Amino acid sequence: MRKYFVPLAAVATAMFLYAPIMIAQAPYESTMGLVQKIFYYHAPSGMVMLVSAIVCGVASAIYLWRGTPAADRVAMAAAELTALFGLIVIVTGPLWARKAWGIWWDWEPRLTMSFVGWLISVSYLFVRKYAGPGSDKLGAALAIFGSVNVPFIYVSVNVWRTMHPKTTVVPSLQPGMRGPFWFSFLALLLLYLLLMTARVHLERQRTALDELYLAEEDAS
Amino acid sequence: MIRVAWLILRKDLTVEVRSKEIVYTTLFFAVSCVLVFAFALVREGRGPEDGAAGILWIAVMFAGNLALGRTFERERQSETLRALLLAPASRPAVYVGKLLGILVLLFGAELLLVPLVALLFQARLLSHPFWLTAIMTTGTVGFAAVGTLFAAMLVRARSRDVMLPILLYPMTIPVMIGGVRGTVALLQSPPDTASVTMWIGLLVCMDVVFVTIALWTFEPLMTE
Repeated sequence: MRKYFVPLAAVATAMFLYAPIMIAQAPYESTMGLVQKIFYYHAPSGMVMLVSAIVCGVASAIYLWRGTPAADRVAMAAAELTALFGLIVIVTGPLWARKAWGIWWDWEPRLTMSFVGWLISVSYLFVRKYAGPGSDKLGAALAIFGSVNVPFIYVSVNVWRTMHPKTTVVPSLQPGMRGPFWFSFLALLLLYLLLMTARVHLERQRTALDELYLAEEDAS
Repeated sequence: MIRVAWLILRKDLTVEVRSKEIVYTTLFFAVSCVLVFAFALVREGRGPEDGAAGILWIAVMFAGNLALGRTFERERQSETLRALLLAPASRPAVYVGKLLGILVLLFGAELLLVPLVALLFQARLLSHPFWLTAIMTTGTVGFAAVGTLFAAMLVRARSRDVMLPILLYPMTIPVMIGGVRGTVALLQSPPDTASVTMWIGLLVCMDVVFVTIALWTFEPLMTE
């Protein structure tokens, strides 16, 4: 992945530059008008957040049972990005809701569960930073519990009657909106992959540096 | 496995009966917690509408957090948790024994809390003992299942007193919602039994998921 980092970063930059043009050209939604355009940013970020939470959970499970250090680095990076994309989702959501529903926030299942998922990812980061020795395993257990939450977030809008649009919105998009939506999703997913690569690489360098320090101390 | 779990439960209860430290501190804390809410919220003899359910669950969760912390702190002080893990007992059995100990303690606290909240907030909590028992049991099991696992893991961690609530509360918010909503539905007159059974069903699902993952992860987590 590192070999392709620079070319992929260039592709991502081009996609992010072109995305606003595509979104501007997409047809207006009949009732919501301009406000609906935030959907191209909000929904794909939410999808990336859920993907990231699952990546974190799976990597943590691998780390817990196999003890692979690489899996721990992936879990760490995925947790940070879950928190980042989660923040995007819970900031852009209310901006839309204020216009579409007339309120900033409502404690309905989708919003509540997404918020809980974001809180869990933040508590994971706290554990990794402040819990000291053994925090890697602690975090792994937390991530496994947290990823159980993901299917609940996904189905919550379909099971309970909520204000939040259902998951069927995406396949039923009209042709003019479908293109920009999946383009935005790909752009954000690519950004996610790039950030993951960079973050995992940083963590690997940090471990290598720690080992060099220890070796140096042992030698002297 | 059942025998090992029973032995661990008996050991914990024996230690507790002799010192009574956790029982007394937890009960006192739970009662003062409810009193703080009563002073803050009760006006002219009436609490806020549906407030009793929320306050009951907040008191249970706060007291549970305290009890979990103390239970494992005691195991840490004389390194007895290590001895427990070195014993030829399967790890899931150790977990189940610890979980049962916490549950006995929390059910004891609830026996005191329910009448107290019913009295101070004039809530008809005791008019449907069967449903109330079902909600309290399923909710408490869900909370304690996650709590026992995290508290056991935190024994060796730094700043564990702060870490336990930080880990536990986000994870158990769904249990809290289920417990509070179920209790609110029960407090309506006549009680909304359809909602009550729905929330109990959800709580049972969460209990099954949480206990399964906890049993499953306890072994790799407690290996040094």
